[in-house]
Amino acid sequence: MSAARGNRAGRMAVNAAAYAVTVFLLLPTLIIAPMSVGPERLLSFPPKGFSMRWYAEYFQDAEWVRATLFSAEAGVISAVCATVIGTMLSLALVRGRLPGKGLVELLVIGPVIVPHIALAVAMFLVFEQLRLTGTLLGFAMAHTVLALPFVVFTVLAALYRFDAELERAALSCGAGGFRVFRYVTLPLIAPGLVSAALFAFVISFDEAVVSFFISDLDRKTLPRKMFEDIDYNISPTLAAVATMLTLLTIAALLLGYALKRGMERRARAAARQGVEP
Amino acid sequence: MGLQDGVQGRVELRGLVKRYGPLYAVDHVSLEVSSGEFLALLGPSGSGKTTILMSIAGFEYPDEGQVLIGGEDVTWSPPNKRNLGMVFQKYTLFPHMSVLENIAFPLKMRGVGRAEREERARAALHTVRLGQMGERRPAQLSGGQQQRVAIARAIVYQPRVLLMDEPLSALDKNLREEMQIEIKHLQREIGITVIFVTHDQTEALTMADRVAVLDQGRLQQLGAPRALYEAPETGFVAGFIGETNFCEGTLHAAAMPGEAVSVALDGGGRMQAVAAQALPAGGRIRVALRPERLRVGPVGAEGMAARVSEAIYAGNATTLLLEGEGGQSLRARIPAGAGLHEPREGEPVRLSWQPADARAFVAAS
Repeated sequence: MSAARGNRAGRMAVNAAAYAVTVFLLLPTLIIAPMSVGPERLLSFPPKGFSMRWYAEYFQDAEWVRATLFSAEAGVISAVCATVIGTMLSLALVRGRLPGKGLVELLVIGPVIVPHIALAVAMFLVFEQLRLTGTLLGFAMAHTVLALPFVVFTVLAALYRFDAELERAALSCGAGGFRVFRYVTLPLIAPGLVSAALFAFVISFDEAVVSFFISDLDRKTLPRKMFEDIDYNISPTLAAVATMLTLLTIAALLLGYALKRGMERRARAAARQGVEP
Repeated sequence: MGLQDGVQGRVELRGLVKRYGPLYAVDHVSLEVSSGEFLALLGPSGSGKTTILMSIAGFEYPDEGQVLIGGEDVTWSPPNKRNLGMVFQKYTLFPHMSVLENIAFPLKMRGVGRAEREERARAALHTVRLGQMGERRPAQLSGGQQQRVAIARAIVYQPRVLLMDEPLSALDKNLREEMQIEIKHLQREIGITVIFVTHDQTEALTMADRVAVLDQGRLQQLGAPRALYEAPETGFVAGFIGETNFCEGTLHAAAMPGEAVSVALDGGGRMQAVAAQALPAGGRIRVALRPERLRVGPVGAEGMAARVSEAIYAGNATTLLLEGEGGQSLRARIPAGAGLHEPREGEPVRLSWQPADARAFVAAS
């Protein structure tokens, strides 16, 4: 009895600590939102009124819009590339009999382990030689590499949940390798691919360190532009951008989560019919 | 049936070998299945039955030997080029397609037009008695219904051979027995060759025209169910199929298969039997004797002295657990209603049998 009560008290303490840490981590992000709607020219908290002025400023400033569009382009391209390459990689890792599987896995995880600053310096040195700094191609390549591990993790999880016996069934029905993928594997892991792509997009869109190094004066991404803005003129526009960026990221992650939930529901339905998820 | 039909569904294995490291999963297995025949591959787990089926299906490639279907060597062709039907242990229906789409899938892969596809899929669904279920998702069907859909999907393109890998093992007993009969009827109706993997001897004996018994990758015996039960050729088959008493002993002189022998039992006494295989002189021998072939007589009659240690009444028969004079434990079955004397527990009796019913094998070392 008293042990159970002790347990409950302990659990409550752990929960309280977890919430406290979460709030502590979120607080700066949450403070930026009210700051972005203050009417004054200087960032202040709490705001002395309500104004959408800085949001309007953002949309009217050609340089902000250009940086945003550039980021979006780089994000979409690297999301698509990372998803396609990551899916092929995952398939090879799960189904293939390729030699040196461990090495490939290690290379894929690489960008997660190596500090981004080291990666950024390395990329800068290489891209400088190849004249890729400040180009869309350069950003797409760099961000594809950074997003790849997350895509591979997501797709691997989807593939492990997927019952490989279904591929055998499709083969026995007369489908060749590509059509097995097209009609059976792909539709069943599609939600995983979409959430992987969203993940990749967010990673690219948010990425600051590498972008800082490989940008140039007129081709820069949104995070790089934000850095510059902090240096030259701290205007509440920055807070407005940060708020929008946060909302966009949350939306993307929620969408990814919803898709994952849908996929799990489907897997459970499949499990009910005797096919292991 | 034309000449063409006569060979289309024939399956032949020639010296099939599959090794996993030093282990033989399949050890030089050769067999022939004629067109329209129902063959069961029966054995305990690890006997190689599934590996053989997968080699026929094209999901495994053998280390040695050949697989021929309809006289054509398909050993190395991929599974999607073999035009076989396959039903898996799990139902393996595509969860994102409706029942009808599942069944139509093989037709789609063969380039059959949409209208014909639907018509043939509906006909196949009708064949497995699920006419109204076409629009449902697989998850909305029961286990038995799903397995019927899987069968429909495997026969809709009229393959020459249908492979089934323990297709009923996920179903409960009643449904299982119902499906056994249903599959058997379906097979006769469409005249397809069926190769059916199972570890359940009753299933194999009830469904198959012939049964291939496998143990440790080796083909032990291939024959009709009756032959397997009444004339097992190896000790493994005698023990695996049905219930059997085994008595151990030795033999003085070598014997050829079919020859009458007198085995000196380990606990003393002799046993008249027939050699089921070639027996070496002085070798260890196991004699197999079915419980229902053992006659239980009163003391004073001919035969082996024994004592009833337990009598188990089961309605249609009574099973006696007996202890022989040499310490052997034996079982005998006395059918009810035949007016036979049913000894009580502790009663001394005499056991006798037809020498032909006692089959002598080389004892596994």
